Amino acid sequence: MRHLLSTKDLSRDEAVAILDIAEDMAGVADREVKKLPALRGKTVVNLFFEDSTRTRVSFEVAAKRLSADVINFSAKGSSVSKGESLKDTAQTLAAMGADAVVIRHSASGAPRVLADSGWIDAGIVNAGDGTHEHPTQALLDAFTIRRRLHGPDARGKALDGVTVTIVGDILHSRVARSNVWLLTTLGATVSLVAPATLLPVSTAGWPVGVSYDLDAAIDAGPDVVMMLRIQAERMNAAFFPNAREYSRQWGLDDERAARLPAASIVMHPGPMNRGLEISANAADSPQSTVLEQVANGVSIRMAVLYHLMSGSDA
Amino acid sequence: MSIRITGVQLPDGTRKDLFVDDGVFVDSVSTGSTSVSADGLIALPGLVDLHTHLREPGYEQSETVLTGSRAAAIGGFTAVFAMANTMPVQDTTGVVEQVQSLGERHGYVTVRPIGAVTAGLAGERLSEIGAMAQSRAQVRVFSDDGHCVSDALLMRRALEYVKTFGGVVAQHAQEPRLTLGAQMNEGALSSELGLAGWPAVAEESIIARDVLLAEHVDARLHVCHVSTAGSVEVIRWAKARGVKVTAEVTPHHLLLTEELARGYDSRFKVNPPLRRDEDVLALRAALADGTIDIVATDHAPHPVESKDCAWDEAANGMLGLESALSVVHAAVVASGQLDWSDLARVLSAKPAEIGLLAGYDAPFAIGSPANFTLYDPSATRTFATSDLRGKGLNSPYLGRELPGRVIATVHNGYATVLDGELVDAAAVAKEAHHG
Repeated sequence: MRHLLSTKDLSRDEAVAILDIAEDMAGVADREVKKLPALRGKTVVNLFFEDSTRTRVSFEVAAKRLSADVINFSAKGSSVSKGESLKDTAQTLAAMGADAVVIRHSASGAPRVLADSGWIDAGIVNAGDGTHEHPTQALLDAFTIRRRLHGPDARGKALDGVTVTIVGDILHSRVARSNVWLLTTLGATVSLVAPATLLPVSTAGWPVGVSYDLDAAIDAGPDVVMMLRIQAERMNAAFFPNAREYSRQWGLDDERAARLPAASIVMHPGPMNRGLEISANAADSPQSTVLEQVANGVSIRMAVLYHLMSGSDA
Repeated sequence: MSIRITGVQLPDGTRKDLFVDDGVFVDSVSTGSTSVSADGLIALPGLVDLHTHLREPGYEQSETVLTGSRAAAIGGFTAVFAMANTMPVQDTTGVVEQVQSLGERHGYVTVRPIGAVTAGLAGERLSEIGAMAQSRAQVRVFSDDGHCVSDALLMRRALEYVKTFGGVVAQHAQEPRLTLGAQMNEGALSSELGLAGWPAVAEESIIARDVLLAEHVDARLHVCHVSTAGSVEVIRWAKARGVKVTAEVTPHHLLLTEELARGYDSRFKVNPPLRRDEDVLALRAALADGTIDIVATDHAPHPVESKDCAWDEAANGMLGLESALSVVHAAVVASGQLDWSDLARVLSAKPAEIGLLAGYDAPFAIGSPANFTLYDPSATRTFATSDLRGKGLNSPYLGRELPGRVIATVHNGYATVLDGELVDAAAVAKEAHHG
């Protein structure tokens, strides 16, 4: 694997292998010296055309724990300029000798353009592109589910038979897309719940079930409920009337959370709108994996960087 | 300049010799004229493009009247209609006359400026349509192409007002609110790629409204770049009702589909977007049965930096002039849906008729203006940047095998292309001014 652009490209074996490496990486966090020499002398560039402190810091910690040199390159445009062009930035980084580029971009497909362009030879990791994909988020979600279900025996296992319900703004969610491909590749059954306005106009070819009714989805007793963040600007574009109605119809409130089976887990990629798509109680309950997801994010990103950078060209 | 073409096949299949003298077809010419042996070649009437972006004035980094004219000539065209979205916009007498005279000066093709429907293409008030119609440029086609005249009242008035001067409104049918931020055809693929969808209904709803408006005010309407099967149905219905509507399809919408967006290669980003297989098949059938009247290129050159970027950031548009004939050949002639006389109709006689361009109604007849192109239908080539003659490189066909090749083009009786290559610009300009 040279780049990680989309979870759709991952085979089941590759995905399980990355999750297994992440198990090894998770052990590093428990040591007194949280560092491996694996990528010493390699340079990882965090190329963020869009702000995301959480994701950037997670990749930065991951790269540093592997002893790579990390450069944070914020190429976000100001309100008056379009910012630095993808091409110029890529050529600059190539000239500086970057070994891997972690890219976050507001345009869907920007990581793919970078990988195919010939502007730069480095491995490309998609850290979220527009409304397309966010592969490391899906990997850390899969990793989190697997750990919850299998604990220390997780290694080598996939997610066969696990039922996952993803709720919210599917239309604009790169997290949802990456999870749809990855979780189903790993054997899970995925269903999407949202108002019709926030579902893609066609999910033909997506291996998922689709419904509008969160209550029915809750009563089906899924193993995992994943709540997606609702952006305030969606309200202004007539996707739904207001926050109150959204919360009432598609929010994981206390009452709905209480109806979930005790073994079900509640996930959220963060940052959360408490009281909108998820209640405070649901977010902080023992069923919630929100903080585990953050911790696991570092392990997964270590695994991905290690897999890409110490693999084929070693 | 006198020209003798021997042994050429006409669109109707007959073989004959053609003689050109003093700008028109004649019975014979004396020896000593330019002689072309046209064994195996087809003579087509000079192609007429009702939808070209020449970019001058204002966007000369993309194209100029000269470079666009050269791209047209190598593609077999002898006349192009230049869209109004220049800077300044072609919404006043001065600008349309400038474009017209640049075309005349260079002489590769007849350049007919299109006037903007609304001032500055802003969609708020009518431009000086009467003045442009009565100017030296004699503008007859009006379009805000690139923008839709979306206001229903303004569109009604435009149809009526343009009728006053015997012209036609060419509508870019795109409901703006339904296409906010739109990036590609809306459907399963846009959902997967995470690109904002451009629904077919945004085009179809405007066409439906416009044909009803055209019927109501008894005016002519031309629909630019029809791209969906649903649009075809609406136009078919309107024609059956007797509405004075004509429609065009681009070569790329006859050949390419949305699947090309999968790699986020912005050469395939275009407005309207590439659609599904079933749309392509419906467009081909509609061209064959006359529901769609003509092929027009929507030639849209862009500088490299406008395409060397992420899909969302890239400009809409693709080159068309140099490849149009080969692409139409591949899409509908090779399959037998259109024969060469049909092709001559959809790429020459009919676009000239819609644009009220004289001299294209009786091709090859003695006394008719000598506008034609010689095409080798048996050639094949892997289309490459070396086949381009304009400034743009944003062709969606680079690396694709295409049939056919233009061997010669004659505009108003003088050659603009000979032996498959452009005639020198100075020589063409000299001939143009003799005529």
